[in-house]
Amino acid sequence: MATALETPTSLQDPEEHSRPSVVAVEDLFKAFDGHVVLKGIGLTVRRGETLAVLGRSGTGKSVLLRLIVGLETPDSGSVCINANSIAALSLDGLNAVRMKMGFLFQHAALYDSLTVGENVAFPLEHHRRDLSKSERGERVNQLLAEVGMEGNLDKMPSDISGGMQKRVGLARALALEPEILLLDEPTAGLDPISSGEIDELVLKLQRERQMASIVVTHDLHSAKTIANRLAILDQGSVIVEGTFDDLQQSTIPFVQEFLSHS
Amino acid sequence: MNGQAITPSPEMLPAIPGHSSAHPPRPAIPTVGLVNGFFEWFGGLGTFSWRVLRAAVTPPYEWRELIRQLDEVGSQSLPLVALAGAAVGAVLSMEVRSSMARFGATSILPSAVVYSVIQEMGPTITGLVVSGRVGAGIGAELASMKVTEQIDAIEVSAINPYRFLASTRILACILMLPLLTVAADASGVLMGWVAQTLVQPISFHQFIVTGFAGSTLKDFLPPTFKTAVFGLIIGLVACFQGMRTRGGAEGVGRAATNSVVLASLFVILADVVLVKLILVVFQ
Ligand SMILES: Nc1ncnc2c1ncn2[C@@H]1O[C@H](COP(=O)(O)OP(=O)(O)O)[C@@H](O)[C@H]1O
Ligand SMILES: [Mg+2]
Repeated sequence: MATALETPTSLQDPEEHSRPSVVAVEDLFKAFDGHVVLKGIGLTVRRGETLAVLGRSGTGKSVLLRLIVGLETPDSGSVCINANSIAALSLDGLNAVRMKMGFLFQHAALYDSLTVGENVAFPLEHHRRDLSKSERGERVNQLLAEVGMEGNLDKMPSDISGGMQKRVGLARALALEPEILLLDEPTAGLDPISSGEIDELVLKLQRERQMASIVVTHDLHSAKTIANRLAILDQGSVIVEGTFDDLQQSTIPFVQEFLSHS
Repeated sequence: MNGQAITPSPEMLPAIPGHSSAHPPRPAIPTVGLVNGFFEWFGGLGTFSWRVLRAAVTPPYEWRELIRQLDEVGSQSLPLVALAGAAVGAVLSMEVRSSMARFGATSILPSAVVYSVIQEMGPTITGLVVSGRVGAGIGAELASMKVTEQIDAIEVSAINPYRFLASTRILACILMLPLLTVAADASGVLMGWVAQTLVQPISFHQFIVTGFAGSTLKDFLPPTFKTAVFGLIIGLVACFQGMRTRGGAEGVGRAATNSVVLASLFVILADVVLVKLILVVFQ
């Protein structure tokens, strides 16, 4: 394909096309105090697929993720998870959907009054009361090991670096074995080795659990490694979407500029 | 401890409704903005209360968090409340003595101290001290959780923050206030006796017997239990201010200050209503 794909649904692989989309965002508009941030965003992610969302700071990438998980409500447009619009859901219904989503906040948002271990245990304590205390403890250790944070169980979030907080946040996001992963700059503030490890983990989750992920990132290398498709946001719209190769062949000046500066 | 907090400065009041929106346009006529802000604030509080109530009465119940909050509220406030109660008891004893002496009626001093402390000063002082200590504590804690997205994190974990954070803290305030009031009363009466016996020796037993002579539970229970309403006000206002915070570290400071100012103010206003109500119902 010579030119960049501008319609989110166009995919090259016909087999992929048949899989239902897990996350489908359609014509999303969102303004804050009259300042329009998102102007008609449309994106889909299928099972076992990773979409990387790129764009300059302040273009509304975090807002997009917050809309998908229902932390903000759109001014118009819809967010569908497993083909159900989340706007139509009651709080209980929305919570049932949220249990299937793992969310990593841009600044980790760890509970600062709880230790690292307690942070990761928090979702388990509320939703997996079927597990014994020791089973939950084991699960916490396993999750922390997955993100390379074993041995930091009793540290407070304020005593670890920003990059480490992100990894703990990722472990917490994975606690309930979500089907959908929404990661807001997972590798920002990480050294190259750790960020490589996070990429590995995301790939593994995609492979082994057929997880659908949306990853907001500034790290083009990481995006290229983990994502099946990339979307670049600018001034509230998806200006280009496709594989890394598609993007490289795009003739849109902003895309070329974006790729050359990354 | 918070004279500045109890009397809001004039520029303070418009700021309270104002920070609900990021950049409120300057109203042409200030009073219109003030009135709008006033109704907006109470409207917001109403919605908030409804959400908390609905979350609080439905399972799952957050017992562990409730117990943690009971401990927090109690241990934070107990020393302060006891100290404030003691000071009030001593002051009352000295002042009652000087005015009674003029009429040669010092024999009623124990009951004057006991009644003043238990019926009014103990509950009010407790309400105000807890407004300052716990109101600021909860306001700042929740505000900082809000601006660092920790409350959002609770929400995306499919946990209701109105249940987990707000209902537990409010209930802890409601339950602890009467207990803290008893502590304030006890240390007030004790210090009232100490101040008295230093001038004119009287046994503690004698002080208590004459102090409580002819009184019934009806005199003491309603003023003590009315403080549960103070607890409700403090918890509700602080949680509301905390959870609606915006705008970084500055917003956190503002939430804490506003929690204290509004909680203290409403505690005093509620006291007027409650005192009248108790007089009507129990006399
Ligand atoms: N709750 C909010 N209130 C007002 N403005 C907001 C809010 N959340 C985000 N914004 C604005 O939306 C824009 C996009 O923000 P964000 O999604 O964080 O950008 P980024 O792409 O860097 O993640 C910014 O201009 C930000 O100021
Ligand atoms: Mg962002």
